[in-house]
Amino acid sequence: MSATNEVITSGSYIKHHLQNLTYGQFPDGHWGLAHTVSEAKEMGFWAFHLDTLGVSFVLGALFLIFFYQVGKKMTSDTPSGVQNFVESVIDFINESVRGSFNGQNPMVAPLALTTFIWIMLMNTMDLVPVDWLPYVAQQVGVWFGANPHHVFFKVVPTTDPNATLGMSIGIFILIIYYSIKEKGAGGFAAELTFHPFGKMMLPFNLFLEGVNLIAKPVSLALRLFGNMYAGEMIFILIALLPFWIQWGLSLPWAIFHILIVLLQAFIFMTLVIVYMDMAHQKEH
Amino acid sequence: MNINLTMFGQLIMFAMFTWFCMKFVWPPIVMAMEERKKRIESGLLAAERGRSEQEEAQAKSQEMINQSKDQAAEIIANATRQASNMVEDAKDIAFKEAGKVKEKAQVELEQDTIRTRNELKNQVSDLVMQGVSAVLDKEVDAKAHQQMLGKLSQSLS
Repeated sequence: MSATNEVITSGSYIKHHLQNLTYGQFPDGHWGLAHTVSEAKEMGFWAFHLDTLGVSFVLGALFLIFFYQVGKKMTSDTPSGVQNFVESVIDFINESVRGSFNGQNPMVAPLALTTFIWIMLMNTMDLVPVDWLPYVAQQVGVWFGANPHHVFFKVVPTTDPNATLGMSIGIFILIIYYSIKEKGAGGFAAELTFHPFGKMMLPFNLFLEGVNLIAKPVSLALRLFGNMYAGEMIFILIALLPFWIQWGLSLPWAIFHILIVLLQAFIFMTLVIVYMDMAHQKEH
Repeated sequence: MNINLTMFGQLIMFAMFTWFCMKFVWPPIVMAMEERKKRIESGLLAAERGRSEQEEAQAKSQEMINQSKDQAAEIIANATRQASNMVEDAKDIAFKEAGKVKEKAQVELEQDTIRTRNELKNQVSDLVMQGVSAVLDKEVDAKAHQQMLGKLSQSLS
C-alpha cells in the first residue's frame, strides 16, 4: 500500500486532525466522501460534515434519552440519586431563566436546558485524548476498505463553525420570530429604525441596529467556535511533543479546559436567555 | 472549516432536540418538582397549624385547670362555713334545750317540795291529833277542839 508510506509531518498531522469527514458533491456532479483536504475544499457549500453531525446527534440523543428516562420515573417523593442530579440541573436552568428572562414563554427554559447540556457534551468531547476517536474511525474506515490516511474524523462538533453557526442561526430565527410576535412587525421595525437617534437619523439607526442584530448570532457562534477550536489546537500541539512530556502538559490543560467547557456552554445558554428576553421586551 | 450544508443539518437537529425537550423532557420533571414543592408547602403549613392548635389546647386546658382549682377552693370554703354554721346552730339549740330541761326540773322540784311539805304537815297534824286524843281520850271532845287543832296544824306548816 503506497498510502502507508506517506510521511507524517507535524503539518500534515495537524491538518489531518482539523479536517472533517466530508460527504458532498464533487465538481463533476457526483456525490461521495472527500478523500483529501483539497477535495473537501472543492465541494464548497454542497457538502455535509458527517463527523460533526454524527457526534452531535449521538450526544444530543444521549442527553434527551437520559433526561426522558429520568422524567418518566420522576416521583414527587424522596428522589433517587439520578433524579437528584437531573433536578439540580433543572433548578440551575430555572434559576438562570428566572434571573434574566422576564417574559412569559414556556419554550425558553427547555431551550436553555437543551443548549446548555448539548453544548456542554459537545465541548466535553475535547477532553477525550485527541487521537483516540480518530484512530477508531480510521480502523472502521480501513475495515470498509478505505485508505487510513483519507479517513478524517474531527471529534468535537463545536470546533466546526458549521455547528455553532447552525445553532446561533436557530437562535437568530427565534429572536426575529418572537420580536415580531411580541412587538408586532411595526414595533420591531420601529425598534430597528427609531433608535438610538430619533427619526431624522433613520438610515444610520437602521445600520446601527442592523449590525447589533446580526452581531448577536455571529458573536454567539464565533465565541464558542473560537474557544473550542483554540483548545483543541493546543491539545493537538501537545500531542506532537515526545510522549514522556505529553501528560505533564495535557493534564493541566485538560483540567483547565473543563472550566472552559462548562463556561462556554454556560455563556451560550445565558446569552440565549438574554436574547430571548430582549426579543420579548415590549418597550425599548 | 468550510461553511456548508452541515450548518443547516445542525440547525434542524437543534430545532428537533429543543422541540423534543420542550414536549417530552421538561414538563414531567418540572411537574413532579412543582408537586413536591406544593406537598412540602402544605406539610409545613399543616405542621404550623398543628403547633398553634396544640398551643391553644394547652392554654385552654391550663385555663380549665385554674378554673376548677378556683371552684374547688370555693366549694371547700363554703363547706367549712356551712359546717361551722351547723355547729353553732347545734350549740344554740342544745343550750336552749338544756335551759328548758333545767327549768322544768326546777318547777317539778318546787311542786314536789310543796306537796311533800303539805303531806308532812297533814301527817304531823294527824300524829298530833292521835297523840293528843290518846292522852286526853275522853276529856277532849273531838268536835269541840277541832277548831283549835286545825289552828295548830296550820301554825305547824
